[in-house]
Amino acid sequence: MTEPTTPDTPLHLQKHLIDQASTLGDGFDPALSGLVDPTVDAGLELQARSQWSYARSRFLRHRLAMIGLVVLVIIFGAGIFANLIAPYSFEEIDLTNVLQAPTTTAHHFFGTDEIGRDYLSRVIYGIRTSLEVGVFVGFASTLIGVFVGSISGYYGGWIDNILMRITDLVLTLPALAILLTAAALLGQGSQWRVSIILALFYWTTLARIVRGVFLSLREKEYVEAAKAAGSGDLRIMFRHILPNTLGPIVVSASLTVGAAIILEAVLSFLGFGIKPPIPSLGSLIASGQQFPQKWWITVFPGLVLLSIVMAINFVGDGLRDALDPQQRRVRA
Amino acid sequence: MPEPLLSIRNLVVEFRTEDGIVHAVDDISYDVFPGETLGIVGESGSGKSVSTMSILGLIPQPPGRIASGTALFKGKDLIKMKKRELRRFRGDELAMVFQDPMTSLNPVLKVGYQLGEAIKTHYPKVPDDEVEKRVVELLRMVGVPNPDQRYNQYPHEFSGGMRQRAMIAMSIANSPSLLIADEPTTALDVTIQAQVLEVLKTVQAETEAATILITHDLGIVAELCDRVLVMYGGKIVEHGDVHTIFQNPRHPYTIGLMDSLPKLTEDEEWLRPIPGQPPSLINRPSGCAFHPRCFLAQGRVRCREEVPALRAADGGTDHGSACHFAEELIGRHSKFAEPVPAGGGS
Amino acid sequence: MLTYITRRALYSIPVLIISTFLIFSFVSLAGDPTANIRQNPQFSVITYRNLQHRYHLDRSIPVRYGYWVQDVVTHKLGTSLVTSQPIWPDIKRTVGHTAQFIILAEVLAMILGITVGIFSAIRQYSVFDYTFTSLSFLGYAMPTFWLALLLQILFVNIYLKWNVRIFYTSGLNNPGHGTWSWDRLQHIGLPVITLTVISFALYSRYMRASMLDVINTDYVRTARAKGLPETKVIMRHVFRNALIPIATIAALNFGSLIGGAIITESIFGLDGMGYYFIQKLGQLDIYAVMAWLLVTSVVIILFNLLADILYGYLDPRIRYD
Repeated sequence: MTEPTTPDTPLHLQKHLIDQASTLGDGFDPALSGLVDPTVDAGLELQARSQWSYARSRFLRHRLAMIGLVVLVIIFGAGIFANLIAPYSFEEIDLTNVLQAPTTTAHHFFGTDEIGRDYLSRVIYGIRTSLEVGVFVGFASTLIGVFVGSISGYYGGWIDNILMRITDLVLTLPALAILLTAAALLGQGSQWRVSIILALFYWTTLARIVRGVFLSLREKEYVEAAKAAGSGDLRIMFRHILPNTLGPIVVSASLTVGAAIILEAVLSFLGFGIKPPIPSLGSLIASGQQFPQKWWITVFPGLVLLSIVMAINFVGDGLRDALDPQQRRVRA
Repeated sequence: MPEPLLSIRNLVVEFRTEDGIVHAVDDISYDVFPGETLGIVGESGSGKSVSTMSILGLIPQPPGRIASGTALFKGKDLIKMKKRELRRFRGDELAMVFQDPMTSLNPVLKVGYQLGEAIKTHYPKVPDDEVEKRVVELLRMVGVPNPDQRYNQYPHEFSGGMRQRAMIAMSIANSPSLLIADEPTTALDVTIQAQVLEVLKTVQAETEAATILITHDLGIVAELCDRVLVMYGGKIVEHGDVHTIFQNPRHPYTIGLMDSLPKLTEDEEWLRPIPGQPPSLINRPSGCAFHPRCFLAQGRVRCREEVPALRAADGGTDHGSACHFAEELIGRHSKFAEPVPAGGGS
Repeated sequence: MLTYITRRALYSIPVLIISTFLIFSFVSLAGDPTANIRQNPQFSVITYRNLQHRYHLDRSIPVRYGYWVQDVVTHKLGTSLVTSQPIWPDIKRTVGHTAQFIILAEVLAMILGITVGIFSAIRQYSVFDYTFTSLSFLGYAMPTFWLALLLQILFVNIYLKWNVRIFYTSGLNNPGHGTWSWDRLQHIGLPVITLTVISFALYSRYMRASMLDVINTDYVRTARAKGLPETKVIMRHVFRNALIPIATIAALNFGSLIGGAIITESIFGLDGMGYYFIQKLGQLDIYAVMAWLLVTSVVIILFNLLADILYGYLDPRIRYD
């Protein structure tokens, strides 16, 4: 062999095979032997797909996640297009029709509440409220969490220490109690105040996760290489490390949306969240306590809430499976 | 010719996966004789580990499955045996040492306890202090310093090499007739490898057990083995005694393996790896599994369409090769052969 | 080990101080302890000023914090501004009630959850496994307050329809019955069921995952290779190792248990910590709320410490020097 060749080109392969054949030493003519075999090439070439297409196909294969996605699209779709779908406005009072059981007359599929408002519409608008809160909290807490987590994880040292102590403090106290306190004193009634409070509470979880990834990746060789090439800190953080955190961030953000929706419901249920007349799934469920025989008041908004949470959990599971191939898949 | 200790015939092992059926072991047959060391050589995925683990019943039965075959050990068929009976052989007459010592010991139990467990499982009537004495003696045999202290320590207090020694000690605790060592040194540093191999040699001498040594490292095979099986794609492609295999290999894959080793006593300019990738065990190549990477095939139709049978080769009674054109390799010596006198034949 | 405990305990103190200070400041800035009083037309301005002075409300926050700490330490958590009653007896009483049904629920959930988790893992992909895994998904997603409410509605309707009381739907006792009576059990039955269901989902799910992790390890394979019968493999090698992370989970679950207590006590009208908290919060009774948060924080810190110690005991690889 007279020249160096890279190990990947099929041409080299053939050259090598020719060389090996010639060690037989018995006058063999490689050209006549059909050494140029297309199946050899095909078998030896690897098709490289991008990481994202692997992740996407894994996600689509996850049956539960697909079901969850469909459910979410339906429910959230109803919430988004509430104006178009709901048969009534959520405020329309009809005192002649109080506390009616679910029926098909006049489109009161979910019945009516204690002042005759159509319950289906109220539930649909309740979905919209939950959706607004959930998305806002998911978005805001992710932003804050990524910001704090990346700085904390990348720079380490005393910044990390202080920031982590702060998140520790938040975690030392019982979540619901803190949120209730905050809501009681600051945010009663207003949807946006409640959302802000929830966001300010939730960024801590995400910050920890992001920080963890940054800490582990900071020491990797390609970061050192980037530094040696003169990249500034920000550039390293954005282009090299951040893309690797997207997996856990996406999973965590989706689960945060679910958690925020539930927490808002709990707060509203206990009377410290969103107050009427804006319907919230939590306060709708709460109103059912006074009318134990009018089961639909409690059951329907609860079913919707349960479906949303389950669907988000399934989707979150699917995302986690798709984006983190190293995790051993315990098929649940 | 003595009776074989273990006699495997037509073993087929499959795994069901999402992507299809994995044909891990495809109709292999071999014997192991008392006192000898048999080496099984192959790449990852060649089926070398699965073949031994399956006859011991260590393959989880879904998704794995022994589709067919017999494995006669001292006259009894291990495959047809009930689980309870097989368990009595496992750890007693038939023992196994695994690859990664760092994860092969239970981290929350003391080492001495775990070794003692091997004895007490099969001989529950032995009093505890006897068991302890035996364990300490075993640890001493494998070269663990201060065995009485080490008895009460936890695995994380042992180094990697020491853990592997402890694993070896555990496997010979009941003086097995057959010891299976599955890549016992692969996970260790080179210097520790040498030590552990010495331990294996000592243990073999002391217990006179037959050993199946599974490895991809030809150096180990040369040092320890009497006979060799070469596996590829779930099949045995060549077998014979160690001298024959190293000096007169008669299968292109074996030749490829020999060629890829650098010979330190000569100048070589380039390393010669075997081109291509190991075959997928789900979608195997048609005909001979090695043909896409084979220098001898040269596109011949027979290699592509017909699965070669294992036939006798010219290296002695025990030499066999599964190649359609093995005859074309006759007269060819590998670079590890004895030097040919000047002016001698090809 | 002892040094580790003392170090952790000492470290907790500044955490406690800082967190209570932050909460105190936040609460004082946001809420006015005298708001209720001010609204009452019967109070004159002079009385109001007197109150302000007496409760140091005219001083800066750090000073007030200092007074509060002093009050807490010397007067057993101080007195409520709203009711002018000492806080400690209330808290002592309510903590007892809450502890009773929380501990019952948690122990039940652990026993059931761990057992189901073990069998789910051993018989992976069986009908048993699929059933209980689906149920745990359901339980995990189930909003606590909805489940509690549904149970309440169900049993109210049972009573209304058939006039039989299986479980009571509100209150702790009928008059004349004590803490450890059958009547008490009937009253806390529903809250216990609610909390058990939620926690059960958690424990069974994590136990199953932990068992599966351990079952697939090399050292379990070694145990099988030694010839151990499968039951001994599971009991001696798998179960113990799988239990280790559960200890941490149990401790971490405590915070959400308190949340669960708040919810169930409000729904079922139980005289416990949760209900107390909601009431005091609604009345903006700042000192009572602060006292409550202090007590809960201390208990949570204790639980975390306990979990760490337990973990170190179970896993010899962890050494605290």
